[in-house]
Amino acid sequence: MAAPLRPLTLEGPLPGSERRKQRGASPEPRWLGAAPALTLAIFLLPVLLGLAGTWGPAFGFLPALGGTRTSLQPWRELIQAPGLGKAVGLALFTGWTSTLLALFLAMGVLAAWGDSRAFAIAHRLIAPMLAVPHAALAIGLAFVIAPSGWLFRVAASLSGGDRPPDILLVNDPWGLALVLGLVLKETPFLMLMALAAMGQTRVRDSLRAARSMGYGPVTAWGKVVLPQLYPLIRLPVFAVLAYGLSVVDMALILGPTTPPTLAVLVFDWFNDPDLRMRFMAAAGAVLQLGLVVVSIAGAWAAERLIFRSTAHILANGRRGGGRAFGRAIAGLSTAALALALLSLAALGLWSVADRWRYPDPLPAAFTPDHWARSLPGLGHPTLVTVTAGLGATAAALLLALGCLEHEHRAGIRPGRGAAWLLYLPLLVPQIAFLFGLQVFLSLTRLDGTWAALIWSHLLFVLPYVFLALADPWRALDPRYARIAACLGATPGRIFLRVKLPLMLRPICFAAAIGFSVSAAQYLPTLFAGAGRLPTLTTETVGLSTGADRRVVGVYAFVQMGLPLLMFVAALAGPALAFRNRRGMHP
Amino acid sequence: MTAAGLHLDGVALRLGGRTLIPSLTLTVPAGEIVTLTGPSGSGKSSLLDFVCGTLAPAFEPEGRIFLNGRDIGSLPPEQRRVGILFQDDLLFPHLSVAGNLAFALPARIRGRAERRARIESALAEAGLPGFGDRDPATLSGGQRTRVALMRTLLADPQALLLDEPFSKLDPPLRARMRSFVFGHARRRALPTLLVTHDPDDAAAAGGRVISLGYAASGGNNNQVSGLTLARGREE
Repeated sequence: MAAPLRPLTLEGPLPGSERRKQRGASPEPRWLGAAPALTLAIFLLPVLLGLAGTWGPAFGFLPALGGTRTSLQPWRELIQAPGLGKAVGLALFTGWTSTLLALFLAMGVLAAWGDSRAFAIAHRLIAPMLAVPHAALAIGLAFVIAPSGWLFRVAASLSGGDRPPDILLVNDPWGLALVLGLVLKETPFLMLMALAAMGQTRVRDSLRAARSMGYGPVTAWGKVVLPQLYPLIRLPVFAVLAYGLSVVDMALILGPTTPPTLAVLVFDWFNDPDLRMRFMAAAGAVLQLGLVVVSIAGAWAAERLIFRSTAHILANGRRGGGRAFGRAIAGLSTAALALALLSLAALGLWSVADRWRYPDPLPAAFTPDHWARSLPGLGHPTLVTVTAGLGATAAALLLALGCLEHEHRAGIRPGRGAAWLLYLPLLVPQIAFLFGLQVFLSLTRLDGTWAALIWSHLLFVLPYVFLALADPWRALDPRYARIAACLGATPGRIFLRVKLPLMLRPICFAAAIGFSVSAAQYLPTLFAGAGRLPTLTTETVGLSTGADRRVVGVYAFVQMGLPLLMFVAALAGPALAFRNRRGMHP
Repeated sequence: MTAAGLHLDGVALRLGGRTLIPSLTLTVPAGEIVTLTGPSGSGKSSLLDFVCGTLAPAFEPEGRIFLNGRDIGSLPPEQRRVGILFQDDLLFPHLSVAGNLAFALPARIRGRAERRARIESALAEAGLPGFGDRDPATLSGGQRTRVALMRTLLADPQALLLDEPFSKLDPPLRARMRSFVFGHARRRALPTLLVTHDPDDAAAAGGRVISLGYAASGGNNNQVSGLTLARGREE
């Protein structure tokens, strides 16, 4: 399957866009022309409102809680909060380390393995890997690396220990477990974005040229491809960095506790029964935003510095072998993939484990009891997850298709500045604006409603759906639409009868991505749902810190299984619909 | 203008300040196949796009187009009743052969049985009876070209544009497809414009041959060699 994501495009009457009217073309319905503006409003408005609604309380202004005068008091309290410095340090350490490692691993795998046949197969696995929610992966990873987890059981059953070692591996004070979890989750994402971007550049030609001049594969990649590729995946890298710096759900499960990372600290303050803590929490949320802004600026500066100071290396003519590097990357990536798969398997195993004494490598007996006990409680969160996921995905598809069809009919070329707008919800830390958004939602009595829940998910679903759909849509042979018009079909009929069916595969794929993004949302569900609309993710994360591993295993397994099921359906649907159409299979 | 046929009146095409076609006035009467030749980039295909209303927005066209007396230049493509065939057949891969033909058949032909009969007779006319349920991807090149022509004709066009429709076919097949396509165009008395590089196409078309040429050197945009009108072999 062609990689569906590309970082650098959006259209609409936006900076850098170019618009020309096609002569003699059918007049475009007004509602379609409004699609880009509506799309932007739908996802920019909540972010801006949310930021404003957080900045107010950060400076003492929140009338609902008696804050009617602006002051710097929240900031004074924030600075004196115990553990703040360490929490900031942990956020910076885990965010930067995980991003750099994920980037290194993703680039390394592409450089060392990008041309192999094994990679062509692995490529198909990347997208489903993205569908695994952060929380499920984190829980599974904890099951594997904890002192009483799988790895130590296997080690102990070989060496003969009978008690788990007394060391802190999950929730370690350095945040290393969190870094590991983030690396496992973000590496496939960066690989997918890089693969999509490589479709835009003439990577293979460049690589072939460099190889024929005697450059080793890894050196050729580093000297020829990377300088072309990095600018194209800069925004996804920034999104990964922003996410790593401010993640809450994974940090709750894997991260340090005393103190936790800044985002978790702020999250705890927002949840404190003492409502006055919210002012300090809001100030912390603004600080979190600052951390991300400064980090992104730092990443940008570092990129320029590195490319400038290494320019002479590109020209020094050294061909390098890179074989050792290739072997190292191969080992690392295989270990990472194995760890990720083990983690997911651990969820399933614990969910059916009966007696599983340390250090047995496998349970002594299996039982369906945990499933039977959990099923009644799973029903409602599953329903909420499915409803929110389908609702947000459907809305995102409608908006994205509207924008793309408008782009086609109005003859607009996508602008570059627009990509930043599209990425905005992925760059602004969730904790930095969701509280403010909740303030506005409760003012309008929308908090805890389905509309608020779906809208809050839509903010994060829309960019992914758009990115997944835009490339294949723009790559569709425009002559199909032209010949349909010459056969007498109106633009509406062309859209419904020609473009939609031809695009069924990428549409279903985008929908599956959208659903998995929605299903994984933790903070938006808590804030917009006001605790009244629990999803599998909020329930699973809630259980993960205290409950029995077996029950957590059941919840996390379902949380992971639902998006995967959607991916299977998204792949099977078009394949089945076009089983007798050879031209529809790539 | 009330004359029958396709009439181009002072048609000019520019792209990014460069003049592709300075000015072309041409009447194609019903049943004549006029051949347009010229080097790549001379604007032949763009001229066809202009006539059927699908010219890319980057072009700056001028002039008027009349079809059987109707001024179609400002109509959207679906209202012009101009059929077109490309070198790729562009059969919709998601539809069956019959589905492709039904897509073209106007909605005013009502009733399932009537529509199916029209499609079946079109298939028979193309020498492909019973091919309706086939997946277009399973047809041979010649079969696909024939289905593509029948699809174009079922939309009931009043003029036909052919954009190198035979260039991707093997030489022996090319001759058969030429006579098939040209035969249909003449039988229906369609004014037809053919764009081609192949002198044999022009000879078989039997109508006038128009060379579109331009001087690309020197960067002088006004240096256009102009149009040469030549008499092709008359029937």
